Amino acid sequence: MSNTGATVDERIKETSKLRKALIRPELGAIVGTVAVFAFFIVFAGDSGMFNPQGVLNWSTVSAQFMIIAVGACMLMIAGEFDLSVGSMIGFAGMSIAIISVTLGWPVWVAILLTFALCIAIGALNGIIVVRTGLPSFIVTLAFLFILRGFTIFFPQLIERRTIIGGISEAAAGDWLAPLFGGKVGGAFFVWLGDLGVIEVFSRGTRAGQPVVDGIPMLIIWALGLVIVAHIILTRTQFGNWIFAAGGDAQAARYVGVPVNRVKIQMFMFTAFCACVFATCQVIEFGSAGADRGLLKEFEAIIAVVIGGALLTGGYGSVVGAALGALIFGVVQQGLFFAGVESSLFRVFLGVILLFAVILNTYIRRIITGER
Amino acid sequence: MTTEPIIQMRDIAKHFGPVIALNGVSFDIRPGECHCLLGDNGAGKSTFIKTMAGVHKPTSGEILFGGQQMHFDSPRDAMEAGIATVYQDLAMIPLMSVTRNFWMGREPIRKVGPFKFMDFKTANDVTMAEMRKMGINLRSPDQAVGTLSGGERQTVAIARAVHFGAKVLILDEPTSALGVRQTANVLSTIDRVRKTGIGIVFITHNVRHAMAVGDRFTVLNRGKTLGTAARGEITPEALQDLMAGGQEMAALEGSLGGTV
Repeated sequence: MSNTGATVDERIKETSKLRKALIRPELGAIVGTVAVFAFFIVFAGDSGMFNPQGVLNWSTVSAQFMIIAVGACMLMIAGEFDLSVGSMIGFAGMSIAIISVTLGWPVWVAILLTFALCIAIGALNGIIVVRTGLPSFIVTLAFLFILRGFTIFFPQLIERRTIIGGISEAAAGDWLAPLFGGKVGGAFFVWLGDLGVIEVFSRGTRAGQPVVDGIPMLIIWALGLVIVAHIILTRTQFGNWIFAAGGDAQAARYVGVPVNRVKIQMFMFTAFCACVFATCQVIEFGSAGADRGLLKEFEAIIAVVIGGALLTGGYGSVVGAALGALIFGVVQQGLFFAGVESSLFRVFLGVILLFAVILNTYIRRIITGER
Repeated sequence: MTTEPIIQMRDIAKHFGPVIALNGVSFDIRPGECHCLLGDNGAGKSTFIKTMAGVHKPTSGEILFGGQQMHFDSPRDAMEAGIATVYQDLAMIPLMSVTRNFWMGREPIRKVGPFKFMDFKTANDVTMAEMRKMGINLRSPDQAVGTLSGGERQTVAIARAVHFGAKVLILDEPTSALGVRQTANVLSTIDRVRKTGIGIVFITHNVRHAMAVGDRFTVLNRGKTLGTAARGEITPEALQDLMAGGQEMAALEGSLGGTV
């Protein structure tokens, strides 16, 4: 028996460096990001979209998408979905409002209790999926309705309305609330304003202050989550387990990967991300509404898919998902700056989703050598 | 052969409810030998190796590991004792790189302060070296397993088991889905691994593949061992007949000109 394994197969073409560099999950999202920025620089370049206020505007919207996309991305790579993200956002916001305003407890207690509650619900989602073997699509669809129902029911029962305000007053002086609703770098922007790098208000009560008075914590959360999740996914043992759990759960179990634990933890992480989103929103708006977070689960999933993740799991990128979220934010706000009817945003979503999935399928074929 | 067996399985029976999957199977494996387990579809080969690998618990019978009674509660227990199993199609995850697959479940860790990272440098170097030992030159350790051929995937799985110190390697029909040349590669890998002193359990229903590398042959039929023969004690034709259950096969073979 001769040993033919070590010889180079003459039928495999050398792959070029360029092609190799292109074959990555983020490819579609990178191309999309460049295209979207190019488009709006041409069509909305003089509308104020790219001055400091404009940048802050679409950055904030993108950061919102990013926070939930990171959770959805990690979960999707682990092979599961969470359709309850949007309802979880509404639920978490309402929970903070009821505990802090209606019950009158300190805001930090409300935030911590809400995080604990949401993460527990995330774990419950995961445990049901793992134990029953049902598709996560069905289980989390059930929670989409259950959580939304409670989000409408409780404030009506207790306060006879579906919007609870007064959180800003309750949060004044709280030590934890600024971590979600605060701004950082104020002094830096004042300095930039003094230097004349950015504009300052010329009239009104804020005359002399810079037009941008800091970076919202929302953006810091988004960047922090993206960086941490990216490192965990690509650089750690746990990251390898996430890929393995989504790639082929049975094969992973055979080599001792605790697949069920990994999946449940990813459901908990997704719930955590939804809760971060909700807390930032509630502290910023000062109120919680029963309809908050509607359709957010789908926007998160679309951002993740644009980012190159496979719906079937085992493949994807947090950086890609973050770029997918950036595309979202830029287009949603850019259409406004460009004076285009905003309902067209949904048309755009549908079209780009379709293109992203087609491109991803093609990339996956190249990676796995399927024909 | 006079060496002590690594594993002895005595009178293993396994019932699934009313179904008797195994009804008294005895089997042993010694270091450095390739013991072929042959049998037709439904003979109980899979149930038997899963019992050996700790997936199923036997209904009755005993498993001796290094002379001691053993009870495996999970595949993990069996793996830690040194029993590695390479399943036919569940060995690898195609979307993941060779390195990620190779180390899956046992990733090397590099500590940076309080943080633990996966040590990709070590992981890649070891993977490349182990694959080279098995006669496969990878383009890159980042290559997705999906780009490898079926034979190469089996080889990655075998190299992984060997690297992690398997004493017994169970191969579940490693050649059944492969072409001629890839089969030859896998068989030569088996030969190479055997020479390092690892006992190999080679499950197949292809007598020719078994004859190519086997030292001993055990035939399973309808949940029972029909007997064990050493190399040279039995002809391929006799093995084939045992597997298929005798007469009908002889008649069939006659009508096909004896080429099966």
